[in-house]
Amino acid sequence: MSYFNDPTALMKLIGTLADGFQNTLYIFFMTLLFSLPLGLLVALGRMSRHKWLSAPIGLYILVMRGTPLMLQIFAVHFMIPNLLGINLDRMLSTIIAFVLNYAAYFAEIYRGGILAIPQGQYEAGKVLGFTRQQTFIRIIFPQVFKRILLPTSNEVITLVKDTSLATVIAVSEIFRAAKNEASRTASVEPLIVAGLFYLVMNAIITQVFNYIVRKMDYYKG
Amino acid sequence: MLKAENIVKSFGGAAVLRGVSAEVKKGEVVAIIGRSGSGKSTFLRCLNHLEVVDSGRIVVDGDEMVTTGADGRAVYAPDKQLRKICLKMGMVFQSYNLFPHFSVLRNLTEAQVHVLKRTRAQAKEKAMELLSKVGLADKADQYPCQLSGGQSQRVAIARALTMDPEILCFDEPTSALDPQLTKEVLSVMRELAQERHTMIVVTHEMSFAREVADRVIFMADGEIIEQGTAEEVLGEGRSDRMREFMG
Repeated sequence: MSYFNDPTALMKLIGTLADGFQNTLYIFFMTLLFSLPLGLLVALGRMSRHKWLSAPIGLYILVMRGTPLMLQIFAVHFMIPNLLGINLDRMLSTIIAFVLNYAAYFAEIYRGGILAIPQGQYEAGKVLGFTRQQTFIRIIFPQVFKRILLPTSNEVITLVKDTSLATVIAVSEIFRAAKNEASRTASVEPLIVAGLFYLVMNAIITQVFNYIVRKMDYYKG
Repeated sequence: MLKAENIVKSFGGAAVLRGVSAEVKKGEVVAIIGRSGSGKSTFLRCLNHLEVVDSGRIVVDGDEMVTTGADGRAVYAPDKQLRKICLKMGMVFQSYNLFPHFSVLRNLTEAQVHVLKRTRAQAKEKAMELLSKVGLADKADQYPCQLSGGQSQRVAIARALTMDPEILCFDEPTSALDPQLTKEVLSVMRELAQERHTMIVVTHEMSFAREVADRVIFMADGEIIEQGTAEEVLGEGRSDRMREFMG
């Protein structure tokens, strides 16, 4: 079968893979939606003066970054139902594992960004009468945002490709769908289509980040 | 206006302030001089609650910021009250500490709007008035990265004034500037002194201290060694210790 010479066959293949595309996009956006804010909370907890808070969070980050995401997906899908006596659907397990994993990475990016802001900015906020929360929200975080754009773009691009790991618990994201189709028809074209999908998605993400970086260029520092 | 009694402060066991007491009257300009490491900046930062004292008492305009409790340790006023007391003290830093992501104008309006709850229009009017005063009204829409050091420091002074502080503190405001830029900042400070703003200035600028300060405090090793009028401390009749310091 040669999809690339035959537009109708190619359209049909893309149709077959449509569910896969959709599932991949779903994992991607749900992970970002929850892990970006959670990462900020984790970063703040990690930086807390209170050892009872910062120590366990440090351990959490170590485990999340120190073990394979694939293993974490298994762990969430097979261990949590055992421990809690509840059933998790495959997609939900996948998203929980991804959010927990990515929040740890994002937390370290946020932490780096926060630590890079000079102490003088906090002091200036304080002498002007801002509360600690106001100082963080109005003075510190907007500057952190600019500094973390590039490391964050790295993680987001990695996330696009990591979505393929969901295949290990039989979530039919694009990689699994393409692989199945490739074995069924004994051809490599479905895998090429999947590859192009990741590439195009990351090209778009790269452009979006470049745009934001340019937008943030109105000030230095 | 301001009273500090027996301020003690150490960093990790090293005593930085060994019982410093000083008083500043309304409309007075006080210069604090001394070598690096003498504790003069730390003392100023304690007055602003940028450093937490180990013990001692600070009263600003009749309100007690901190006092020593029965156990000999510092007891600060409750948070909200403390913030209100600290607002009576303006602060100008050596490194300006302007907010880089805000325009010059927004640097001057943000705290007025969100801390003092002034309207944007009121805040802007006040900001423009103060920018004119420091000669930088034309820079309102620029960003701090576009300013020279002298301009940055003048903006920082204007920013501190937007909050109508009772006392304006300066922590080595010209130490990062070359002589030309130092001159432009000092001339703004001279003007403020003439308007009878109460000012505490930690400085290495002896000529400024001599010319502008009503009183000079000389610190060494975390203690006040001498204080008096500029003439008494820095003039012909100065002590041997002062002669040694001034070289």
